[in-house]
Amino acid sequence: MFAYIVRRLLATIPVMGVVAIFVFSLLYLTPGDPAIIIAGDYATADDIAKIREKLGLDRPFLVRFGEWLWSILRGDLGISIFTNLPVSRLIGQRIEPTIALTVTTLIVAVSLAVPMGVLAAWKAGRWLDRLVMGFAVVGFSVPIFVLAYLLIFGFSIGLEILPVQGYVSIRQGFWPFLERLILPSVALGITYMALIARITRASMLEVLSQDYIRTAQAKGLATDKVLIGHALKNAAVPIITIIGIGVALLISGVVVTETVFAIPGIGRLTVDAILRRDYPIIQGVILLFSAAYVLINLLVDISYTFLDPRIRY
Amino acid sequence: MTTLPAATIEVPQRGMVADALRRHPTMIAGFAILAAMVLMAILAPYLGTIDPQAVSPVRRLREPSELYWFGTDMLGRDVYSRTIYGARISLAVGLAVAVLSIAIGLFFGLITGYVRLADTILMRVMDGLMSIPPILLAIALMALTKASVENVIVAITIAEVPRVTRLVRSVVLGLREQPFVEAAVASGTRFHHILIKHILPNTVAPLLVQGTYICASAMITEAILSFIGAGTPPNIPSWGNIMAEGRSLFQVAYYVILFPGIFLSIAVLAVNLVGDGLRDALDPRLARRM
Repeated sequence: MFAYIVRRLLATIPVMGVVAIFVFSLLYLTPGDPAIIIAGDYATADDIAKIREKLGLDRPFLVRFGEWLWSILRGDLGISIFTNLPVSRLIGQRIEPTIALTVTTLIVAVSLAVPMGVLAAWKAGRWLDRLVMGFAVVGFSVPIFVLAYLLIFGFSIGLEILPVQGYVSIRQGFWPFLERLILPSVALGITYMALIARITRASMLEVLSQDYIRTAQAKGLATDKVLIGHALKNAAVPIITIIGIGVALLISGVVVTETVFAIPGIGRLTVDAILRRDYPIIQGVILLFSAAYVLINLLVDISYTFLDPRIRY
Repeated sequence: MTTLPAATIEVPQRGMVADALRRHPTMIAGFAILAAMVLMAILAPYLGTIDPQAVSPVRRLREPSELYWFGTDMLGRDVYSRTIYGARISLAVGLAVAVLSIAIGLFFGLITGYVRLADTILMRVMDGLMSIPPILLAIALMALTKASVENVIVAITIAEVPRVTRLVRSVVLGLREQPFVEAAVASGTRFHHILIKHILPNTVAPLLVQGTYICASAMITEAILSFIGAGTPPNIPSWGNIMAEGRSLFQVAYYVILFPGIFLSIAVLAVNLVGDGLRDALDPRLARRM
């Protein structure tokens, strides 16, 4: 078990290595001079030279990559071109709303989508199943920002029961914090929910056709005990897997959700960075989000050994 | 399956597809909506539209009316015309990304499925790329290139290729174990013949399904990139662009955001319905589970 965890942990190193090499060499691989593009249309030759120096484009690739990697490993993500502040500090200032939003969404989505998938599998072919599957198709098709505006038009401007935009830290009270996260979480979580509900249903259907389920029902076990104790437990591995993989949807969605709801998180930081072509910030955000994604999926891998004793490493 | 009459069992391939169409009305609906969208995009100049870029400050922010069906934006441009023309970008980007990423992914997938050394190296790279959320990958590429529709297509394609490669690789690895491929190898069939006659035809069905899903997600990604200002340049109307321009005034002029948003959702839904239908028709084993 311990050896397995260590091995999986080591396996994340080449993955993160590829991510680092990729985001770094993009500066060199994209056609044209990145310094000219970053400087913008009205830049002077002096501005371009300054940016080139800041990005280290005036020095050899390998030397620059070595320096960059070394500073990343020490937690230094470089300096923002526009604000001249360390990227790690800018990210640190913005991380709280993003964590609050993604964690709330994760909890809400999983606790709604899994029961939906279970019920759909239980009532397979009936109207409840059709309803859930219909939701899954629609949830997969409505883009986050379209749903976000529909929610705002409906609940904030129309019914006036929830705030339109903004973010309040949890330290300023739990309800003000939560009420501003409800609509963003629903918008951000819809695709994720559709995905989880769909996989839960498929995985449950597979398990429900097994002999031991029939045995459990035949011996008179209550339906909820069969569904949750016997079926869901055995259907858990694909569900947990998709919860892990789907985190990529949440991370991508944060950028849009924070823009629509004016939440001052990392997503907004990224959007502001794009408009100013502040590449060091984008680089830092990608490294951070990819690391989070890899780490979450590492935890998912490790959780298999607890969920399914048949899996041995 | 047990309720099917015995006669349908002997129906040839074409009949099976027709039968699948009958059993999947949602796919037909998807096709119909998509066809309407494509026609709308092509015939945009003849659908009662005016120049989508025509600025008219006097008529800015008009509510939807008989004259301006979807209202006008903050520069007085007709939202209806812009939305109809916007379909061109969305559909073109969706189709181009689907075709390109399938072609490139097929190429890499075949290599990784056959060349051991390339497999180890390429899959490491693909694993790394797949751990970057696709939209962020596209954002990084767009931040370093000039805004243009071509660059949007390239950026989204690069983000999609790893997943296609992985799919093709798994299909190829599975096929290589199949008796009919082993038999072909044993009887001395030449390599390119095996590839063309036995391997490629079997990748068509999963790639067709994957292609439609990629098309749908590329349309969403294009809209998101344009919405946050990293996509299609502002002088070309696209659904994401129109919504981006309505962003600052959405509490006053809801229609600038609402109409392109609805069109985008319907287009994506149609593509997804076609994808689900194709999956059910082409892979009945999977269809029963999903």
